[in-house]
Amino acid sequence: MHTLLKHTVLATMIGLSGPAMASMAYVSNEKDNTLSIIDTNTREVVDTIDVGQRPRGILLSKDHTKLYICASDDDTVQIMDLATRKIIDTLPSGEDPEQFALHPNNKHLYISNEDDAIVTVVDVSTKEVLAQIDVGVEPEGMAVSPDGKWAVNTSETTSMLHWINTETFEIEKNIVVGQRPRHVEFSKDSKVAWASAEIGGTVHIIDVDNLEQIHEMTFKVPGVNQDRVQPVGIELTSDGKYAFVALGPSNHVAVVDAKTYEVLDYLLVGARVWQLDLDKDEKHLYTTNGVSGDVSIIDIEDMKVVKSIKVGRYPWGVVIDPTS
Amino acid sequence: MSFCRRLAAASLIISLPVSAQALEARIGYVQWVPDSGPVLSNVIPEPEDAGLRGAELAIEDNRTTGKFLGQEYHLESRITDSESSALEAFEAMQQSGVDLFVVNAPADTLKTMFNKAGEHTLVFNAGAKDDALRTADCQVNLLHSIPSYSMLTDALGQWLNQRRWDEVFLITGPTHADKAWANAFRRSAKRFGLEIVEDKPWTFEADLRRTASKELPLFTQADDYDAVVVADVRGDFGEYVPFNTWLPRPVVGTQGMTPVTWHRVVESWGAAQLQSRFQELAGRDMNNEDYAAWAAIRSIGTAITQLNTTAPADIRSFLFSDKFQLAAFKGRKLTYRDWNGQLRQPIPLVHPRGVVAQAPFEGFLHPESQMDTLGYDRPESQCRING
Repeated sequence: MHTLLKHTVLATMIGLSGPAMASMAYVSNEKDNTLSIIDTNTREVVDTIDVGQRPRGILLSKDHTKLYICASDDDTVQIMDLATRKIIDTLPSGEDPEQFALHPNNKHLYISNEDDAIVTVVDVSTKEVLAQIDVGVEPEGMAVSPDGKWAVNTSETTSMLHWINTETFEIEKNIVVGQRPRHVEFSKDSKVAWASAEIGGTVHIIDVDNLEQIHEMTFKVPGVNQDRVQPVGIELTSDGKYAFVALGPSNHVAVVDAKTYEVLDYLLVGARVWQLDLDKDEKHLYTTNGVSGDVSIIDIEDMKVVKSIKVGRYPWGVVIDPTS
Repeated sequence: MSFCRRLAAASLIISLPVSAQALEARIGYVQWVPDSGPVLSNVIPEPEDAGLRGAELAIEDNRTTGKFLGQEYHLESRITDSESSALEAFEAMQQSGVDLFVVNAPADTLKTMFNKAGEHTLVFNAGAKDDALRTADCQVNLLHSIPSYSMLTDALGQWLNQRRWDEVFLITGPTHADKAWANAFRRSAKRFGLEIVEDKPWTFEADLRRTASKELPLFTQADDYDAVVVADVRGDFGEYVPFNTWLPRPVVGTQGMTPVTWHRVVESWGAAQLQSRFQELAGRDMNNEDYAAWAAIRSIGTAITQLNTTAPADIRSFLFSDKFQLAAFKGRKLTYRDWNGQLRQPIPLVHPRGVVAQAPFEGFLHPESQMDTLGYDRPESQCRING
């Protein structure tokens, strides 16, 4: 009774200093067909939700009321209402959707269809397929620039970044990068894009105005065989200070100075680190670790791993709701 | 205004692939796989187009990439039924101007072909696993995308070592390939500290579908062993060894748990996508030869993507440069060994419905590439095809 009271008081106090509800992290578990929901205050899994088969890419609607889920083996994108945690709808996605990105207009969803070598653009409000764009073999990473001008798709076997004009839905430029490009992340001002190449072991930094590569990064994790250093997820802090790069089966996250491209540190996390997201204050970074089936939390001020949380089998994507 | 200009620029880029100046790459595929004779275990037949369909898939993959760069790919393929017609097909393609080849044929055929090839032709071996092609009979313009027997048996040797299943019972079939596999395994046993407690040739001629349960327990009698290793490359008697051993022990080798180039059950590192693309194209599962042919043509495609030329000499030097890396769904970048032209690659160990493990294993160290713990390493090979 006493403890309960204390908790209530504590909760109220936290409530006073910010929004009443805790911020939630959502994690897709590829081999469990579930989502794990983590309370970022208590850092515990508070709920596990059944979703479609082989959930991989997940993202929040721009108003943070819905979560979109690529259910790859169901060939569909599911929509979960965050308030009720119920799947309320599905979208036509094309075959085998893996990753996707939502345009700032909160309507146009760009989806990689890995088996069909196309990108499908769906209007989420009307469910209309607006375009299907031919891209390279095994389209994977998908990003839309924050200014809404560009959608970028990475094709893994073709090893290119395809730059799609979001007004015409046409490819305007193809940039050959390292082998098996996986992920693209834009800077907040849309001026720079970071692209990881998993097998190439590289991260390519692209100047968006000229669509030219301005820098190529490689990584060397002490004591880890070089061919296990495989960059996948990338996350940039909005102050432009840091970039974090998940290095896959090397089990490390690289901390990069986003201005000089110098690697500042390598942080040991779980096995086969995959995707990353920052919490709402950008004080902590969450990583999904596919093989060890957990999520690591990195404290950014101290640049230390402070906690690991067991989730489902093969956690793939992670997004943190910044508002709740 | 700037939007208009961008549109104009876009249509320029988009129109490139259909322009008359498109780069055209023609790749020849020649297959001759001798009939392995009647086998006891003939329930599940091997596909006759193993290799060809992998080549076709790689050409499609190359095309999808090439269309963004104005590069076209054509496959000219022949499945032949004799050595002489394989040689004829090879020569005919050469005369028509093809100088990039993938060959799925026995080592002797490959050597004859190569002697006719001349120095401006680049050939990928996607069928012959003979170690001699990688240790003594190397050719400057011959690359190997299929692993050698010793790469396969080293993968098995490492696995047995790390399981501490050190004492093995070896059964070797009568064919040349069986003996080559067994010789490779004996070398692996020495490398990885395994003891072959019994080394018996298979001589029985009975039909084991009826008598396996009676004959094999007696055949595998010995004091003790940790595993039975079978060398039966064509799949004659080996399928009847599991569960019929004298001692309750696992069976590994060419049957039971097997080291492979590729198998349907490999699904990690994006392999699920390659498997489903192949299934859609061929209507069957992708196997070792399909993968080797696919990897060869994807190597060529990767080089052409970067170089924008189809000249064999340029492709060859790119493939041996540190700029080349092949993403090939095995979890690591694949490269070619510069001393003998062998494609380095991890080797999955599989049973018919699942992956057991993938070599190389942690703890088997190598100063340059851990993948070079599989097969003949530089100091063990006489070949120096890059000087």
